[in-house]
Order: sequence, then structure tokens, then C-alpha cells
Amino acid sequence: MLAGTFVSQPLLRAERLVKHFKAVRAVDDISFELYTGETLALVGESGCGKSTAGRLLLRLIEPTSGKVWFDERDLFGLAEREVRLLRREMQIIFQDPYGSLNPRMTVRDMLAEPLALHGLAKGKQPERVAELLRLVGLGPEHAGRYPHEFSGGQRQRIGIARAVAVEPRLIVCDEPVSALDVSIRAQVINLLQDLQRRFGLAYLFIAHDLAVVKHIAARVAVMYLGKIVELADKRALFAEPRHPYTHALLSAIPVPDPSLKRERLVLQGDVPSAHRPPHGCRFHTRCPHARERCREEEPPLAAADGHSVACHFWKEIEPFTSASRLTPVNERLTRLQAAFHTGGGSS
Amino acid sequence: MRRLLRRGGAMFGLAVVAFFVLIALLAPWIAPHNPLATNWGAVRQAPGAAYLFGADELGRDVLSRIIWGARASILAGVVSVSISLSLGVPIGMLAGYLGRWVDALISRITDAMLACPFLILAIALAAFLGPSLANAMIAIGISATPVFIRLTRAQVLAAKSEDYVEAARALGNPHLRIALRHIFPNIVAPLIVQATLAIAAAVIAEASLSFLGLGQQPPAPSWGSMLNTARNYVDQAPWMAVWPGLSIFLLVLSFNLLGDGLRDALDPRQK
Repeated sequence: MLAGTFVSQPLLRAERLVKHFKAVRAVDDISFELYTGETLALVGESGCGKSTAGRLLLRLIEPTSGKVWFDERDLFGLAEREVRLLRREMQIIFQDPYGSLNPRMTVRDMLAEPLALHGLAKGKQPERVAELLRLVGLGPEHAGRYPHEFSGGQRQRIGIARAVAVEPRLIVCDEPVSALDVSIRAQVINLLQDLQRRFGLAYLFIAHDLAVVKHIAARVAVMYLGKIVELADKRALFAEPRHPYTHALLSAIPVPDPSLKRERLVLQGDVPSAHRPPHGCRFHTRCPHARERCREEEPPLAAADGHSVACHFWKEIEPFTSASRLTPVNERLTRLQAAFHTGGGSS
Repeated sequence: MRRLLRRGGAMFGLAVVAFFVLIALLAPWIAPHNPLATNWGAVRQAPGAAYLFGADELGRDVLSRIIWGARASILAGVVSVSISLSLGVPIGMLAGYLGRWVDALISRITDAMLACPFLILAIALAAFLGPSLANAMIAIGISATPVFIRLTRAQVLAAKSEDYVEAARALGNPHLRIALRHIFPNIVAPLIVQATLAIAAAVIAEASLSFLGLGQQPPAPSWGSMLNTARNYVDQAPWMAVWPGLSIFLLVLSFNLLGDGLRDALDPRQK
């Protein structure tokens, strides 16, 4: 990189964020940056603290320690009033399209509320509500209806419209498609990408598997038990993952070809309790490559050419790439498939 | 409202409640006799042409007393529950929404009040305030308040953890608006159901207080005091007990049916 290249300021910077719920260390010292218009994915299995991290960034919950800088403002140093004003810039989309909409409010009320709260579209609220509905692929005729009159996918679109209504710069997407049918996930992902291009939104995209992330993220942070264990460019992470936990996550992505099977790296045991995270590397209890040092010394998240990983021995572990280790399922299926492709026209 | 009209049970409840309210309002015009006028020639007279529902131990017309008594019963039910609601709901919302020490303080006081049986508490309060129908209503209202505090608090706690409340916060809603606009409408249904049940309980409580001389003062009629007097004459003059008993039963049942219907009609998820 050339000296003097313009380096943009991050829109959001999380600094050593910690959140303990009594004894549970939900988020334990995580730091990352998020730039305007980019998507950072936060991936990990349930209970790893990714949703807690998302809520901390919006100050929906208070941290145990650590800082969040939003646009160079210290989020946790602001007074309640100032935070309310700042909410115009940062929004959230929830996982559950059924719980996230107030069942007693019409779509119109739901979309007009943020406008009124922040003094937007004064005197032109009905037009703005209609515009928002069109933006997410619904029509103005939907404005008078209640949430229960919509399908899950439509509800998620309403939730997205509500988040976009205040023209934010950052949206935390908390597993926005996990609860949706596979058939409509792509639509919602496309909608999110479309909105990002139009408005230059930054997304913190929380997900529990890497499959969804592949399409939307620019960078990926993998979390395990409250810590970020790997943080890299999406391409780098998928091409040469470094952390053994990331290897396991990658091996869990379904293969879109029924005749091929990927060798699965199935982790042994369950996630240890966040009450008492293991000493040393938190992953050592389930890591196939764990050694003595892993049990004693906690590896720091260290960067090498823009690819950070928290593992002592990552250089010695053979990378698990997404394309590798695919094997044919069985002969008959392969033959059947070949016959299907060639003999499609004849009867 | 339209959805309420489509329900048979609720409609029946509404009709009976409306009927009793109408009777109570029109008492001076529709009662065939003065409810206080005694007639020694008609003591415990069986139902007949002169006294449609019979006469009581002092020869007063039971029908007229039922009609006038509807005032005391309905008033006691509605006013005391209004008192409970207007005290219990705001206090319960404070406890549920603010949490921490506010919740701890309110909950302990509520526990202490609930440790005392409802009727005993009402009797103690009524005795303290002095015997009159108004004081009986205040006593019943305050005694029934802890139930509403608890119910409201529990409902607020449940609603508070919903995503839509978090969404409201994320949009920048101030606390008061979150409580009134986002939480309150979602907890109204169980409160209405509880309120109708409480009206029924209050009607009975008023009857009990009247029996003890702490409610409606004799000779003014109330269903409860009529029923309690009739207790002594069940063998000789069953009509003295049957009519007020039937009236209480009908009114309580109707309030319950109406409450159920309202709950369903208020829920936008039901069709």
C-alpha cells in the first residue's frame, strides 16, 4: 500500500468490549472496526455472544467495560437524550419476524413512528410511508394492515422498512434470514444488498453459519465463546481459513451438488459453558489440533497480512478450503445424474 | 366492536349487563312499589299478583328491592374495580418497567397485602373508613389492587423482553412512550379479563360487607344484604333468597362472558 493513501475513518470502532451477565462472560474483550458501506459478518454458534455484541454496538445494553466509537463519538459516554438522537444513525433488524413487530400497530403506524420521533418527512409522512413500502417490495395498500396479516418474509420486509425509515448509516442485522424459509432467504438478502448499494449502509451481519455470509459479507469475524477467533477478508477466510474452528464451520456448509459429499469436520462435545470458559485457548477442549500450550496459554488475536487469527499453531494446520475434500457420494447417483443431464429431451 | 357482536356468549353477557344497568338507572320509574315501604299484612307473602317476586320479612316488595338493589351492586362492582385499575395498573407498570429497587419495594408491599385475605382486608379497611356504600367501594377497590399490580407487572415484564419493545428503543422512543404506546396496548387484554372477574368478586364482596353492616346501610336495599337476610327464612320464604341470588348469579356470569368476548375481540390475531 502506498504511503499517503487515503485511509478512511471507520464508521464504528469497538474497543475491548466486554459484557458479563453476572458470571456469564457473553462477550469477552472483542475489538473490530466497521467502515461506511461495508458488511462485516459476525459468525458463531448460538450462545457465542454475537447477538450481545450487536446490542452493545447500539447501546441497547450497557457494557461491563470497553468502548464503542461511532463516528468518533464515544457511544457509552453520551447522555440518554444524545443516544436517542443518535439512534437515527444506527438501526437493527431482528431475527424473529413475528416478535419484532408490535402486534397492535398497523404498518403505517410502525413506519410513521420513527419519522415522527426524528422529525423526518414533516407533512409528507403518508408519501414517505408509501415510498418505504415500495422500497422493500410491498405496496401502499399494505399500510393499513396489522402484522399478523403478513407472511414471515413480508414481516421481515416491514422490519427492514422500519429500520431504513430514519435513513441510518449502520444497521445491525441480527440473523435476519435464519427464521425464514430457504426459498425467501435469497430475496431478503438481495433486498439488503440493494438497500446497501442505494444508501451506502454499513451492516453488521450476525449469522450462525458461513453459508449465508458468503453472499453478503465483505469481511468476516468468527466468534467462539465471547471472543473473536478469526477476522479476515471474506475471500481470504474462505480460501485459506486459519483457525480450526473456522475449518469446522466451513465444512458445515451444504454442498449444492447432491453427487458430491464434503468431508465433515464434526467437533466433539458441546460448547463449554460461558460461566467457566476453559483456560488457555477457549477452543482447546474441542480442537482436533490442541496441544499442551493451548491448554495453558491463551492465544491473542494477531494479524498477519490483514488476516487475524487467535491460534498458536495455525501455520502448522493444513487449511480446510471450501472447495477441497469433496468426494462423490456413490457411483449410482453419479450415473443417474449423468443420464438425467444427457437424456433430458428423450422420453 | 363488530367482532364482539359476532360472539353469542359475549352478546348475551352484554345484553344482560345492559339490562341490569338500565334497570338500575330507571329504578324510580319502573319499580312497582317503594322498596322501603313495609306492609305488615304482606310479611313473607309468596309471589303473586300484588307482589310479583313475593314480599320479605317486613312485607317489602322483593321485585322493587331487586330493582333498587341493582344500583348498589353495579355501582359497587364498577366503582371499586375502577379504583383498583387506576391504582394497580400504573403502579404495576412502574414496578415492571423500572425494575430494580422500585420493583422490589412495590412487590414486597404487594406481597404483604396479598398475605391478608381479600375479604378480611376489605372488612378491616371498611371498618376503619366507617360504614357507608362509598367507603365499602373504596375498601373493596384498595383490597383488590394488589392483584392488578401483580398482573400488570408480570405482563409488563413479559412484554418488555419482546423484540418489538427493543425495536422501539432502538428507534429512539422515550421511556414513557415505550410504556404507553408499545407495552400498554399489548397487556390490556388480560387486564380486561381480570377486571370483569374482579367486578364479579366485588359484587359479592359488597354483599358481604353489607351483611356485616359495613356496606349499604339498611333499610336501603342491596342484593347481598337481601340474600343474607333471606338466609334465615329459606324454609318459609325461599323467594326471598332465590331472586337476589339469581340476580347476582346472572350479573356475575354476564360480566365474565362479556370479559371473555372482549378479550377475543381485542386481540387482532383472532379472526
